[in-house]
Amino acid sequence: MTAALRFRDLTLGYDRHPAVHHLDGSVAEGALLAVIGPNGAGKTTLLKGIVGMLPPLAGGIELALSRQDIAYLPQIAEIDRSFPIIVYDLVAMGLWRHSGLTGGIGRHERERIGAAIASVGLEGFENRAIGTLSGGQMQRALFARLLLQDAQLILLDEPFISLDTKTVSDLLDLIRRWHGEKRTVIAVLHDLETVRARFPAALLLARQPVAWGETPEVLTPENLLKARRMCEAFDSTAEVCEVHAA
Amino acid sequence: MTMLYDVLIAPFVEFEFMRRALVGMFALSLGSAPVGVFLMLRRMSLMGDAMAHAILPGAAIGFLVAGLDLYAMTIGGIVAGVAVAVAAGLVSRTTQLKEDASFAAFFLVSLALGVLIISLRGSNVDLLHVLFGNVLALDNATLFLLASFASISLVALALLWRPLVLECVDPNFLRSVSRAGTPTHLAFLALVVVNLVAGFHALGTLLAVGMMMVPAAAARFWAQDLTRMTIVAIVVAILSGVVGLLVSYHAGAPSGPAIILVAGIIYVVSLAIGPVGGLKRRLVPGRHLEA
Repeated sequence: MTAALRFRDLTLGYDRHPAVHHLDGSVAEGALLAVIGPNGAGKTTLLKGIVGMLPPLAGGIELALSRQDIAYLPQIAEIDRSFPIIVYDLVAMGLWRHSGLTGGIGRHERERIGAAIASVGLEGFENRAIGTLSGGQMQRALFARLLLQDAQLILLDEPFISLDTKTVSDLLDLIRRWHGEKRTVIAVLHDLETVRARFPAALLLARQPVAWGETPEVLTPENLLKARRMCEAFDSTAEVCEVHAA
Repeated sequence: MTMLYDVLIAPFVEFEFMRRALVGMFALSLGSAPVGVFLMLRRMSLMGDAMAHAILPGAAIGFLVAGLDLYAMTIGGIVAGVAVAVAAGLVSRTTQLKEDASFAAFFLVSLALGVLIISLRGSNVDLLHVLFGNVLALDNATLFLLASFASISLVALALLWRPLVLECVDPNFLRSVSRAGTPTHLAFLALVVVNLVAGFHALGTLLAVGMMMVPAAAARFWAQDLTRMTIVAIVVAILSGVVGLLVSYHAGAPSGPAIILVAGIIYVVSLAIGPVGGLKRRLVPGRHLEA
C-alpha cells in the first residue's frame, strides 16, 4: 500500500514549544483516519502542519501529492460570518484550483456547484447571506465547498462540533462517500462513539503519539488514560529537547 | 421645469470649472468607493484615515522641491503612502502587532511632519490647498491623473476580486489553496494609496478618505451582497459629488466639505431607514412572518 503522507520525526509547535512532538509514521492512500486526544494535544497543529501553514520545528512531512491536492476544513470560528457573501458564492470558492484568479464559471461549473449544494441538502439556500445560516447549515455549506475542491487528501478539524445528530449523520455519509472514492481523509474528532462506529483507523495524540492503528486497539481505557496524563501544562521554563539531537 | 434646469443643470452648462469638478468627482467615485467597501469589510476603515495622513509628508516633500506641481506631489505622495503601507502591512503580518496599532503609530507623526514641511516654504494658502484641496480648480493634467488612477483601480480590483473576497471571508482557506494572500493584500494597500492620492488632489489630505469611507458605510445598510454593496457605494459617491457641487455653487460654500457633508447626510439617512440593519428595522420591526 502506498503512503499518502509520511511523518518523519515531526515536531511542530509555536515559539519553540512543541505542540506535536516526535511523530513518526505514515498514512496510507485512501485511509480514513481519526485523530483524537485531549484539548491541547496538538491535533489542530498537526493539520496545520500537513497543509503547510505551520513550518516544522524539526523533522518533516513527506507528501505523495501536491499541496494543491489537499482540502482543509478549519474550525468554523475562523470564518467571518458577517461578510456579505451568499451561500452559492461561498461554495463556488471550492473551484479555486480550477478557476483561480480569472477563470470563468460556465455552465458546467454552475452544474457542479448546484450538485454540491444539493448533496449537502442546502437547495433553496443559494441566495442566502452566510450570516443568516445556522451552525449546521454553515457546516453543510463548507462541506459542499470541500466537495467541489475534489481533493485527494481531505483534512477536517472538528467538523461536527455543536451539530445535531441528523446533520452529523448526513456529513458522515459524505465522508464515507469520499472514503469509497479512495480519497484520504484525516479528521480531528472528539466523539469516541463516532470514531468507533465510522473510522477504521485512529491516531491518539497527546503531543506525542500515544497509539496509532486500528480503532479498537487504539481506543482502549489504558491508552485514553495515558493520553490524559501526558497532556501536561505548557512549561515556560522547558529545557531544550535533546531527543534525537546530535 | 426651468427652475429645475436652473438649479440642477445650468451651473454645469454655464461654467467649465463645474464640469471639470463633476468629471473629477465621477473618477474619484469610481475608484475610491469600491476600495472603501473592502476597507470597511476588513475592518480597516480607520486605517484609510491613517494612510491619508501618511501621504502628506511625501506630497509635502514634492511641494518643497517643485512647489505646487502636480507630478512632484503625486509621486511624493505615492512613494510615502506605499512605503508606509508596505511597512505596516509587513509588520502586522510577521509580528504580533495588529494592523491598526502599526498604522496608528504613523498617523499623527505624518500629519505633523507634512504641515511642518509645507509651512517651511509655502504660504497659508498653500497649506489650505494641501489640507482641503480645491475640486473647483482641477486642470487638464489633474483630471487626466484622476481618470487614470480610477481606471487602474477598477482594472486591478477586477483582477484581485476573488482573492480579496476570500481573504476577507476565510483567510485560512485562501492560504490552503493559494499563495496569493500576501501579494493580494499588498496590492490592495497600494490601491488604497493610489486612490487616496487621487482624493488628495481633489479634496485635500483631510477629506481624501471621505469619498472612500462614507459611501461604503452608507452602502452597508442597503445590500446583503458584496456586488450590490459596491454598486450602491459608487452611486452614493457620485450622488454626493453632484449634489455637493450644486450645494456649494448655490450656497457659496466650499466644495470639498459640501461634498463630504452630502455623503454624510446620505449615510445618516441610510443608517435610519436602510433595510439591512438600519435603525428603522430595529425599532419598528413589524409583525413577525409565518416562516
